[in-house]
Amino acid sequence: MTETNGTTTAKGLNTVGLAKNDYRGAATTLCAGCGHNSIANQVIAMAYELNIVPEDMIKFSGIGCSSKSPTYFLSRSFGFNSLHGRMPSVATGALFADHTLKGLAVSGDGDTTNIGMGQFKHIMRRNVPMVYIIENNGVYGLTKGQFSATAEHGLKLKSQGVNEFMPVDVVMEALASHATFIARSFAGDAHQVKELIKAALSHNGIAVLDIISPCVTFNNEDDARHSYGWAKEHQEPLHDFTFVPMEEEITAEYQPGDTTTVTMHDGSKIVLKKTSRDYDPTDRYAAMRMVQETSEQNMLLTGLIYVETQRESLRDIYKLPKTHGLNRFTAKDLRPSKASIKKVNDMMF
Amino acid sequence: MTTASPKTRKATAAANGRPKEIVNDFSMTVATKNGSGSQTSNVTLLRAMFRMGIPVSGKNLFPSNIQGLPTWYTIRASKDGYTARRETHEVVVAMNGDTFVDDFRKVVPGGAFYYADDLKFAMDRKDIAIYPVPAKKLAKESGAPAALRDYVANMAYVGVVAQMMDIDMDKIRAALDFHFSGREKPIALNMGVIEAAAQFARETLTKNDPYVVRPMNKTGGLIMADGNTAAALGAIYGGVQFLSWYPITPASSLAEGVSAYISDLRDDPAKPEERTYAIVQAEDELAAAGMAVGAGWGGLRAMTSTSGPGISLMTEFTGLAYYAEVPIVIWDVQRMGPSTGLPTRTSQGDISMVHSLGHGDTENIILLPGSATECFEFGWKAFDIAERLQTPVFVLSDLDLGMNQWMTKPFEYPDVEMDRGKVLWEKDLDKWVHDKPWGRYLDVDKDGITYRTLPGNKHPRSAYFARGTGHDEYGRYTERGDDWERNMARLAKKFKTAVKFLPKPEVKRAKDAKVGILSFGSTDAAILEGRDRLLQGRRPLKTNYLRLRAIPFSREVRKFIEDNKYVYVVEMNRDGQLHQLLTVAYPDLAKKLISVAKNDGLPLSARFVDESIRGEEK
Repeated sequence: MTETNGTTTAKGLNTVGLAKNDYRGAATTLCAGCGHNSIANQVIAMAYELNIVPEDMIKFSGIGCSSKSPTYFLSRSFGFNSLHGRMPSVATGALFADHTLKGLAVSGDGDTTNIGMGQFKHIMRRNVPMVYIIENNGVYGLTKGQFSATAEHGLKLKSQGVNEFMPVDVVMEALASHATFIARSFAGDAHQVKELIKAALSHNGIAVLDIISPCVTFNNEDDARHSYGWAKEHQEPLHDFTFVPMEEEITAEYQPGDTTTVTMHDGSKIVLKKTSRDYDPTDRYAAMRMVQETSEQNMLLTGLIYVETQRESLRDIYKLPKTHGLNRFTAKDLRPSKASIKKVNDMMF
Repeated sequence: MTTASPKTRKATAAANGRPKEIVNDFSMTVATKNGSGSQTSNVTLLRAMFRMGIPVSGKNLFPSNIQGLPTWYTIRASKDGYTARRETHEVVVAMNGDTFVDDFRKVVPGGAFYYADDLKFAMDRKDIAIYPVPAKKLAKESGAPAALRDYVANMAYVGVVAQMMDIDMDKIRAALDFHFSGREKPIALNMGVIEAAAQFARETLTKNDPYVVRPMNKTGGLIMADGNTAAALGAIYGGVQFLSWYPITPASSLAEGVSAYISDLRDDPAKPEERTYAIVQAEDELAAAGMAVGAGWGGLRAMTSTSGPGISLMTEFTGLAYYAEVPIVIWDVQRMGPSTGLPTRTSQGDISMVHSLGHGDTENIILLPGSATECFEFGWKAFDIAERLQTPVFVLSDLDLGMNQWMTKPFEYPDVEMDRGKVLWEKDLDKWVHDKPWGRYLDVDKDGITYRTLPGNKHPRSAYFARGTGHDEYGRYTERGDDWERNMARLAKKFKTAVKFLPKPEVKRAKDAKVGILSFGSTDAAILEGRDRLLQGRRPLKTNYLRLRAIPFSREVRKFIEDNKYVYVVEMNRDGQLHQLLTVAYPDLAKKLISVAKNDGLPLSARFVDESIRGEEK
């Protein structure tokens, strides 16, 4: 398997001269053992290993425990901790300001599938080039343990009783909304989380990562669908997932027929090594079927569920400048000439 | 049921003798069905008269409907230059059977009534002149394809009215030429119907009412425009880079205006693959505001346009933008609320709401354009103000100003350089010489306005995490009471600083006048005329007039109230919202302020201004 941190120097500096600490943020204020902390750590490791200049990234979040977490990584990247359920619109606008930045957004299941379902669906249909992580734990944490829309039917919570409603499946919603990169993972599987985020960042379009990220305080009983215990027991990776950045070559040897390679927009590659089943992640219909079947079989299917690399992203649809963000234009680029005002008045009557 | 025939009317005319002419002083109302394509006809009449040098204004009273419900278009011609709504109907053109009876009744005694002659109704008035318009017949004879026949039928009343009122046929042609951008085929088709109708009128009808037009020279140097188009063009000259919007009456034509004109005015022909702007039709007003906030935070000149219901939805985001200090421009083309209200009727009912929109202590900058050309001016100026102050700037227009046709001064090229406000790029941060490191909310200039950096800045000290939660001078999360109070006090200071960047009120004083009128926005036309009316009659009343152009109030507002014995605050809402804001701002002067408010969904009339103030003066 290819290890992408092979490029780091002995002193622990990567090729852009930064140490892992340079990618950290403020100390976390989430509960000890929270899945979100583990994901934050993988974001830090991912950025360090990919030799990303932090100023080239931009962070977004909504409101909730999950949305606090961008405070805890990449303090040298700009970020916007926006409104509950409204992160997608803020991210869309900000990425118009500088579309050359790599967007990374963190949301929660309440932020995305309760209050934010509308904006979630529309950012997918617009194919905004950005990584959209849903730290999915089935409950509201900051407001003390109410059900979210991803809570499974029949879930019993101490202060809430039994959930009588059917859950929203984030991945199914993403498939229905034409998201172009869809993956599911589990905060307890650090390596998979990290590799998926790397691949997602190289995608030219919306990359939705539904990451089961247990809430140790309110929803971590072993029989609950978003608990560590259940996820560990029921996780079924679709494949061994390896991300190979564009500047590196695939070094590992694979048996023919064992792997599927997906070439991303920037030339990076995703190598998917077959596990127990044949799976083609570019077949949207097959993806829906697989998600439905494994859900019925009580499995937590993880890995790259769907990818479509050729569809135009929002960046391509709008004729944005080739080399810089719109926000670098100055008055001389933005105000029409003085001579043009006569033409405008003539256009009236 | 009897229908007056041309013959019987001719007889009436002969008996009465021809009435004395009333020149360039009437309201003409055309009653049609929504979606019947009458707009081209109405605008053609309006433009022809404008080209004859006669001051005109055109107002469309339309239903919330695509097709079938009644619509009235009113053209006012005024030799004195008045453009406000006139409450009387001197000339009525009835093309809609559904409203025929009412339309017939509303003609003033001595007025003129034109009607489509396929509508068969009793016409039992002897005090008006009645003229048939063979619209269907002429449309059929025009050779127009069946699909266009209803549209060209409307041209028949243009021809009959033009003939009977002496509207210059060359000017009609010029108006059509403009409308169809010189395309000969539609011009010829429509002109054919108009000429046939004029010929019919010439040969069969006798003029029997006093209303005529005569050329003047009172429109030279002026243009006809609606406020939404003007605002769109102003925004383009203001360098708009991002527009996110959601369709809503009466604001849609503002965003669509930006879309229609921006490419021509802003695209560089040398770089066809590179734009300096983006326009997004959002999924709702929440997202429209959210995208504008994201873009404004990212350093784009960002705007959205909406009406009252949209403002309600945007409230959450404007509160964030106020507190996180994000520049955005929000046009509110007001319509009648509360709730869905009257979507196609005008109002000034959002001023209280917008002033302190959002939960907690908030305050917003409001610009109040009073003419189409001022919509253009505030279109660009709003961005300078927003970026200078790093806060939402609301521009309150309304349906009457935004969607109706106004005679207005030509748009003027911005007279100042763009003001991008306090923005630090890489070089600026390198040169940062203050005694503390840069902090996003650090008030180094002591004016309440801090320095911001923008995403994409590659300086390692440039980034910060913007948030709507409590933050200190360095943008760090804090829940400390003293941090919170310090920040809110600075924001209050910023709004004191703000006043000097805002348009000053326009004050008109009359010699020896002791009472004042204070108003804003589209009521200007009615107030200018109302002040003239107040000078007439047995007890003439001289008035001073302050037209407010921005909130927070500048010191000129206080001075105006102080200088007058009373001030009538005239506005179009139920509760006298501006009156309320003024009494809160100037409690010591509150007793001098008298509310004159009207809220029926129609543009204010001079008669209302005149009679309301006279009523109070008794």
